[in-house]
Amino acid sequence: MEILRVSDLGKDFYLHEPGLEIKSCHNINLTLRRGEFIGIVGLSGAGKSTILKCINRSCLPTRGEIWYDSALFGKINLVSASEREILYLRRHEIGYVSQFLNVMPRTTAKAHVMNALLLSAADMKTAEADAKEMLSYFRLPENLWNLYPATFSGGERLRLNLAHAMVKKPRLLLLDEPTAALDNKTKRLVRDILQKLKGPDTGMIGIFHDIAFMEGVCDQVFNISNGAFAS
Amino acid sequence: MCLNETPVLQVRNFTLRYGSGCPACGERLEKNRCALCGSVWAANDLSLDVYPGEVLGIVGESGSGKTTLMRSLYFDFTPTFGLALLRDYQEGRKNIWEASAADRRMIKNRIMGMVYQNPILGLRMNHSTASNIAEKLIAAGSRNAGQMTERARGLLESVEIMTSRMGEAPRNFSGGMQQRVQISKALANNPALLLLDEVTTGLDLSVQARVLDLIRKIKAEYGISILLVSHDLAVVRMLADRTIVMLDGKIAESGLTDQILEDPQHAYTQQLVHSLI
Repeated sequence: MEILRVSDLGKDFYLHEPGLEIKSCHNINLTLRRGEFIGIVGLSGAGKSTILKCINRSCLPTRGEIWYDSALFGKINLVSASEREILYLRRHEIGYVSQFLNVMPRTTAKAHVMNALLLSAADMKTAEADAKEMLSYFRLPENLWNLYPATFSGGERLRLNLAHAMVKKPRLLLLDEPTAALDNKTKRLVRDILQKLKGPDTGMIGIFHDIAFMEGVCDQVFNISNGAFAS
Repeated sequence: MCLNETPVLQVRNFTLRYGSGCPACGERLEKNRCALCGSVWAANDLSLDVYPGEVLGIVGESGSGKTTLMRSLYFDFTPTFGLALLRDYQEGRKNIWEASAADRRMIKNRIMGMVYQNPILGLRMNHSTASNIAEKLIAAGSRNAGQMTERARGLLESVEIMTSRMGEAPRNFSGGMQQRVQISKALANNPALLLLDEVTTGLDLSVQARVLDLIRKIKAEYGISILLVSHDLAVVRMLADRTIVMLDGKIAESGLTDQILEDPQHAYTQQLVHSLI
């Protein structure tokens, strides 16, 4: 069953100061079914992240449609959905994971994961139990749970990011270069975790520099070059 | 979150002009100043909605009208024209700027809480911290001294002020502590809407982090809607769900906070984002 359909997506950035238009991606078409994992590969600057950001609506698409099958709204075009609808979907249905960690100051790893649930109206007790379960699942050592993540290694940060995104059990998970800057051992750990995450309920799209690591995980792989999928 | 929810606050066409104006006032503006008569349009036709439980950030350069909006909502300034409806006042059917003096006091004491950039405006510096909070409670009808003391104690604990100092006047406190006392005072009567005007400006980093953490907790635990004015894009990035960018008294751009920062559309917003250190 289809969870996401991207049709003829295009994004241009216009920079007022030099008066310059940058064409990032164009003619992007893809269909993601429930339980499927799509991998997108390509060189830096090819437009990979822009596609994910358009789906997450961190970027405003210039052209095209992004139809998402929401549990609450049914089929909804993420390009024209209201800001309140997008906020709802981000809190309850769509997870976005990048290699960067954006944590409030003075927030421990456990509290960071709990906050994702508290925002979707869970009570404190349930949030704490689910957060602990998720941190264990992603193999973040227990002695780090009550520490501030500013000092965490790249792999620990990524696992925390994944726990933060997955604790709300998203239907759609967007992974923006989650293995960038990780050593091979940690990359393998991430691959194993992603393999475990593949299930009937979650559709995933991931961007990777090194697709070889994702062999066996991706159901479809798209290669992007100069802003468009290469055949 | 229910999506056919009623906004906690709706502002429509809010305009505040300083100066007597002229027949063609506002038709030819140099930034926000009328080229014909010199009147200043501090806020010019602003419209916005604040939804239950959300933080709406407002950013913009000095003089863009951010504080004018906040202080007008708290009745410190009188708008030239415009409409502001509060869900919890007359079920959102009456313009608060046309409310009677008694209703305005009720709105300030029960429905809205305000934290000023300058604590002198929000606190009685020579009265005890507990009295500052009690003043709000009394205004909302409390009369039991014991209950008020307990409430003040609870509020001060939640903003991490030692309750052993609740008898001291805020003039003895640091800037960060004064801001936190202001926040506890603003929360005294469980308002539906909190107005935060540059609450972290001028605070050192550790105190700033403590205040940000406190605002995040207020949002998560009390579900209060917050209108947050800040110069600091990092503060807005961390706290605001949606953001409005103001320029010369007008809204230049609005959107989801991460979209404003990742993909700004307006020339001024691009300049602002590119100035981020």
